[in-house]
Amino acid sequence: MKAAVIVFPGSNCDRDVQVALAEAMARHAPGTAPVMVWHKDADFEKVDLIVLPGGFSYGDYLRCGAMAAQSPVMKEVVGRAEKGVPVLGICNGFQILTEAGLLPGALIRNASLKFVCRDVNLRVETGQSLFTSRYEQGQTIRVPVAHHDGNYIAGGEDVARLEDRGQIAFRYCDPEGALTGPSNPNGSAANIAGVFNETKTVLGLMPHPERLADPALGGTDGRPMFDGLVEALS
Amino acid sequence: MKAHVHVTLKPGVLDPQGKAIHKALSGLGFEGVEQVRQGKVIELELSETDPARARESLRDMCEKLLANTVIENYAIELDV
Repeated sequence: MKAAVIVFPGSNCDRDVQVALAEAMARHAPGTAPVMVWHKDADFEKVDLIVLPGGFSYGDYLRCGAMAAQSPVMKEVVGRAEKGVPVLGICNGFQILTEAGLLPGALIRNASLKFVCRDVNLRVETGQSLFTSRYEQGQTIRVPVAHHDGNYIAGGEDVARLEDRGQIAFRYCDPEGALTGPSNPNGSAANIAGVFNETKTVLGLMPHPERLADPALGGTDGRPMFDGLVEALS
Repeated sequence: MKAHVHVTLKPGVLDPQGKAIHKALSGLGFEGVEQVRQGKVIELELSETDPARARESLRDMCEKLLANTVIENYAIELDV
């Protein structure tokens, strides 16, 4: 199992996701560890998984993720994703994936206009993907969010079409799994927290599973994502 | 040649910042403002002297970087 974490100037969750992945690799693919790839390294080694971490790449200039989406490394990431290499984008990584055209829709300013930093409940919409195989469909998990621009809109794609194709991965919900207004931290359409591409090999989500992937962090609800990925790709 | 690119949110795309500005204007006593939409203006200084070629190149810049056409429209203004 080989995994790469892409590091942009302004990434700040790269080490967190590196640790979460490294721990999952130690459990399921001993002897392997993720490599860190700097944004200027357009030509990096062949890997089974690419992760775009959270943060504020390029200072969020122009639009969140817009500059990173045009960086040398992203041309390579897009090319590999189109060939089927799995890509996971968390928070700013999700924004970069929509800007790069690998995921549908866009992320705009939170409806409240406020930066939201708290734990949210997520309903797992499908267990049938590389990323969610260790979750059950309908399961509620608790994961933190920390963003200013996480308000998902489907754009030309309409939400019903995403739903029909099974492209919605996670939705904000209350602790019982109900999709309520108050449980939606940012105004996202249909409480959408994460979406897949059509082949479910690319996932972008605003919440941070890597921030609750170790008991020392106060919870492990994010861990099954990394365990499932490593298990499937080893 | 100088160019201005105006990037605005598409109609129907929620603009929370525009709404906040609207509210603040009302708070200041400016009546009769029916809607506020916030966008951005990007000023460019081009070496190109042919307006048609400049326009074409600017369109390309907008499609690739300056605007996110999922949510934004753009308008190109050339100072000729």
